Amino acid sequence: MGHESSVPLFWRLIKPRYQLIGTKCTTCGNVFYPPKYLCPVCRKEGKLEDIKLKKTGKILTFSIVRSAPTGFDKEAPYPVAIIELDDGPRLTSQIVDWKEEDLKIGRRVEACFRRIYTDGEEGIINYGLKFRLI
Amino acid sequence: MKVAIIGIGSTNFGEYWDQNLRQLAIEAGTKAITDANIRGRDIDAIYLGNMSAGRFIGQEHVAAMVSGELGLSIPASRVEGACASGGLALRQGIFSILSGQHDIVLVGGAEKMTDLMTDGVTSSLMGAADQEWEAYYGVTFPSLYAMIARRHMHEFGTTREQMAKVAVKNHHNGSLNPIAQFRNEITVEQVLNSPMVADPLTLFDCSPITDGAAALILCKDELAKKYTGEPIYIVGSGQASDTLALHDRKSLTTLDATVKAAQEAYKQAGITAKDIDFAEVHDCFTIAEIVATEDLGFCKKGEGGKLLDEKATEIGGRIPVNTSGGLKAVGHPVGATGIKQAVEIVLQLREKAGERQIKNAKIGLTHNVGGSGATAVVHIFSR
Repeated sequence: MGHESSVPLFWRLIKPRYQLIGTKCTTCGNVFYPPKYLCPVCRKEGKLEDIKLKKTGKILTFSIVRSAPTGFDKEAPYPVAIIELDDGPRLTSQIVDWKEEDLKIGRRVEACFRRIYTDGEEGIINYGLKFRLI
Repeated sequence: MKVAIIGIGSTNFGEYWDQNLRQLAIEAGTKAITDANIRGRDIDAIYLGNMSAGRFIGQEHVAAMVSGELGLSIPASRVEGACASGGLALRQGIFSILSGQHDIVLVGGAEKMTDLMTDGVTSSLMGAADQEWEAYYGVTFPSLYAMIARRHMHEFGTTREQMAKVAVKNHHNGSLNPIAQFRNEITVEQVLNSPMVADPLTLFDCSPITDGAAALILCKDELAKKYTGEPIYIVGSGQASDTLALHDRKSLTTLDATVKAAQEAYKQAGITAKDIDFAEVHDCFTIAEIVATEDLGFCKKGEGGKLLDEKATEIGGRIPVNTSGGLKAVGHPVGATGIKQAVEIVLQLREKAGERQIKNAKIGLTHNVGGSGATAVVHIFSR
């Protein structure tokens, strides 16, 4: 993603990315995060509404990125993980304030607001949720 | 279902700073046309697998570019499904013949990756994952497969040594393949001690960045014998999809798209996994080959690591896997890989695979994956 990206690309996802707001289908009861635009279970019979999710969950699996993509090279090494939120949905994010020996499958984590990356020197600063061990 | 392959062609795979995408595609295409003993004007259509020419070289519209270079004004379409683009192009070629629309079709795969710096390639490849919910957070492809590996180790006791054995086996096979990017043998210790890319995967667990192209000439079954005495037949084709993001999958250690695509291909061919003599599977990372051998039904779930310990997937083993050297040793020019896999199967079935020839090869399988498993395509081939 170069610094030619326009602001709406990031702005339109602020609500789910900053506030951990997902969607719930009132037909089947399933909770989704990242949010869905169509319930993949009920499809056109489904009805989605926003739902604020609890910030806690556990690590299902993780890795430590040592060869980073553009925009993240100064951050490496950094851990990434698939996290299962206590409300059910799974997501991918980074783990912060970490020590290698503390990274374990099953470890409890909590979302925290952090800078994700800067889109070049004059570009947009992208924020979002990372997770810390609890 | 039956469509014949009457010609194959491939460039060498590697880092070719002196060649552009045009040259690679034309070399593979003309080799296949020559091998099929046809003329350019016999071709009715082109399907070209290419993942990301727009990112890698700033060029879109590459199917028309190739047909133009070949001096042909026939229909030419690019097919994209990330790293499965080649396999999907093959499938479109098959359908265009089965529909009765075309008699002879050129299917190709081509990718020029080394015109970008490594971090640019890493970022471009992330286009195969979920940009908004995976790539945004700095996740890379090695780290996605590393997370599959960590979970597989946790659930089934798969070891780093077993993963390393995939790389050792595929480098050995690649050492016997003249088109391979890496033709050197390596050891388990070298894999384990190579630089960490995304824990627990090291550099030698990863397929490389590669330039290359491969091509096939497909022909309507009834016409094949007119061109060649030894047509190879495609007898099954399956494709399935899954969620784009790894975290949304039901399981983190099974690629459901592979399972479904294989079921469909086996059904069409009227066979089961036990009937497969050898396979080219999508070993973009060593763990991917272990997971693939399970999902394709070559062993029980969780026992893919044991296949390596038992040497079952080596040349001469019960079910040789990646006799070409796989993505690991031949290289992985993403859009070309699915077609290169078919080229290897045809070479083996024609008994023209040289030093890496396996005995009594009658039924072969290719397995091509897009992203971390959002697309899978499986083809079955027989003499």
